[in-house]
Amino acid sequence: MTRLARRAAHGLLLLLAVSSLSFVLVELAPGDYFAEMRLDPRVSESTVRALRARYGLDRPLPERYLSWLASLARGEMGYSFAYAQPVGRLLWPRVLNTLLLTVTATALAWLIAVPLGVWWATLRRGPADAALAGLTAVLLALPHLLLALGLLLLAVRTGWLPAGGMVSLGHERMTWSARMADVAVHLVLPVTALLLGMVPVLLRYVRAAVAGVLDAPFMRAARAHGVPERRLLLWHALPAAANPVISLFGLSLAGLLSTSLLVEIVVSWPGLGPLFLEAILARDFYLVLGPVLASTVLLVGGNLLADALLLAVDPRIRSERA
Amino acid sequence: MKGRASLSVALAALAAMHLAAIGASFLSPYDPTEQNRSLPYAPPTRLHLVDGEGRFHFRPVVYRMSRRGPEGSYEEDRRQSYRMLFLVRDLDAAGAPAGRIHLFGVEEPARVFLLGTDGFGRDQLSRLLHGARISLFAGLLATVLSLGVGWLLGTLAGYYGRWLDSILMRSAELFLALPWLYLLFAVRAVLPLRVSPGQAFMLLVLVIGLVDWARPARLFRGVVLSARERSYVLAARGFGASDLYLIRRHIAPQTFGLLLTQAALFAPQYVLAEVTLSFLGLGVSEPAPSWGNMLATLQQYHVLASYWWMWAPGLALLAVSLAYYALSEALECRRGPTFA
Repeated sequence: MTRLARRAAHGLLLLLAVSSLSFVLVELAPGDYFAEMRLDPRVSESTVRALRARYGLDRPLPERYLSWLASLARGEMGYSFAYAQPVGRLLWPRVLNTLLLTVTATALAWLIAVPLGVWWATLRRGPADAALAGLTAVLLALPHLLLALGLLLLAVRTGWLPAGGMVSLGHERMTWSARMADVAVHLVLPVTALLLGMVPVLLRYVRAAVAGVLDAPFMRAARAHGVPERRLLLWHALPAAANPVISLFGLSLAGLLSTSLLVEIVVSWPGLGPLFLEAILARDFYLVLGPVLASTVLLVGGNLLADALLLAVDPRIRSERA
Repeated sequence: MKGRASLSVALAALAAMHLAAIGASFLSPYDPTEQNRSLPYAPPTRLHLVDGEGRFHFRPVVYRMSRRGPEGSYEEDRRQSYRMLFLVRDLDAAGAPAGRIHLFGVEEPARVFLLGTDGFGRDQLSRLLHGARISLFAGLLATVLSLGVGWLLGTLAGYYGRWLDSILMRSAELFLALPWLYLLFAVRAVLPLRVSPGQAFMLLVLVIGLVDWARPARLFRGVVLSARERSYVLAARGFGASDLYLIRRHIAPQTFGLLLTQAALFAPQYVLAEVTLSFLGLGVSEPAPSWGNMLATLQQYHVLASYWWMWAPGLALLAVSLAYYALSEALECRRGPTFA
């Protein structure tokens, strides 16, 4: 437990550092939301000055930092100029949508990759092995941007799937179960894009990890004892191979969030991605900080989860501590 | 043997693409910003060896494209054929040859668009080639920058250790605390949005290259850390070798193999980063072409579904990714599985 607590404290410290640094960086940036406004001839200089004063942008940096920290503690995370709302209220539903997307994709990716990877590890050189190797290689090299655009093309051309968004028109008037189905149908496109990016990486890892323990002495002993092959793989090989695979879960999290950001924008999934892009284009700086902090929290949290899983699954790490 | 063959194929393909980008203004028939307002989304021009009257031509001929009404589909006007020309010079305002030489063109007033045109009637092939300059070289320069900074800081941290190591590795953690695309966006967010294409190119190279120094720095630190303790390094140090000599002579050569494989791994990611940023309107902006802002038109569903030639930059991007991927696999193969 001390190990986890130490990691959690470390993550918290990291989060604090990231938040202060990004705040200062954003504050030092040239131009702001109101500077863009000044380009509009209908808005006078004094109006802009009054607006800046109203939002406290004319006060010195340390003072603004403190008031931002206070609003962070209240869960408001500053104020979005473009939306005229506290950032926290805008951010929360977006974080949930991103989580819905990434968690679904991760769960499916593991469900596909672990059995397939174990099976792949048992294959000898042959057509199936070559096909899997070739397919994963192509998918690994395929840029996610093209993947998302290609899937979008498929949706637009065939009409099988809704092309983007998260809900259909009239979503509010549907029954509860129809709403769930509606969101699920909209999930297919972005989740497939994420899956095609994640599964090849996972698959190769699982295969390598399982292949690494297949000829271990304990496996040969179990086989000599007449343990059936399937039980051998699932009860003996897989747990021994779990360590590198779970470590990969922690390591691949950052990549998953990055890919998700891009895919969300391309298929207009209302997650953190579109909000982030909008905020950048409008130079709505407190809103820019929102997704930055949210992604850091998600990453730190995910890594903690991976640590906890590793601790639970691998007895070698538990004994290391003692 | 197989590894060596795929290494040369990948290298040749990459060299060809980069050379095409360098020679863009010779290889492309038109200026990438030249508009033909009457020919938006024209399909690729067909080259004919046999003309409308059944005569055979040794050099291909083309027909002018026209369409009925603003929404009609394009048709070839078969009444008059125009010969393809090779090694043509631009004409100046008076109609006299002047300016750049192009590999091919066609008799005026016909136009040859081998990859069709975009919504402004600009030649896709010319834009693709000129866009390659920005996209490919932004990726390449960013790789040099990122690996250069990463190598330097990683070597320093690994070699000198102590407080320098702690400072550098703590700040590396800060840079790795954000998913990389979020970090890229965040840094891009605080820089000016509206910049000229040249400035945008430099900006992107700097942002993409400098934001990602932490990953290579950690890798090289690890290699240097183990290299520093090798017995021959310790022996050389015992004979009074200076730090600079040790790094240059004994430590740096151990990192070069890793440097190469990492370059092959990072370069396509950075090309893609440039494309992504320009795609989203955060990079090189119109009218200058980049593969990213060319692909951006695909965000309109009717373009996505109707005009397949608008996917050309996507295919080029795919080719670059595959070539770099094959290169990194082949390099990895050559290095052998010793590196853990």
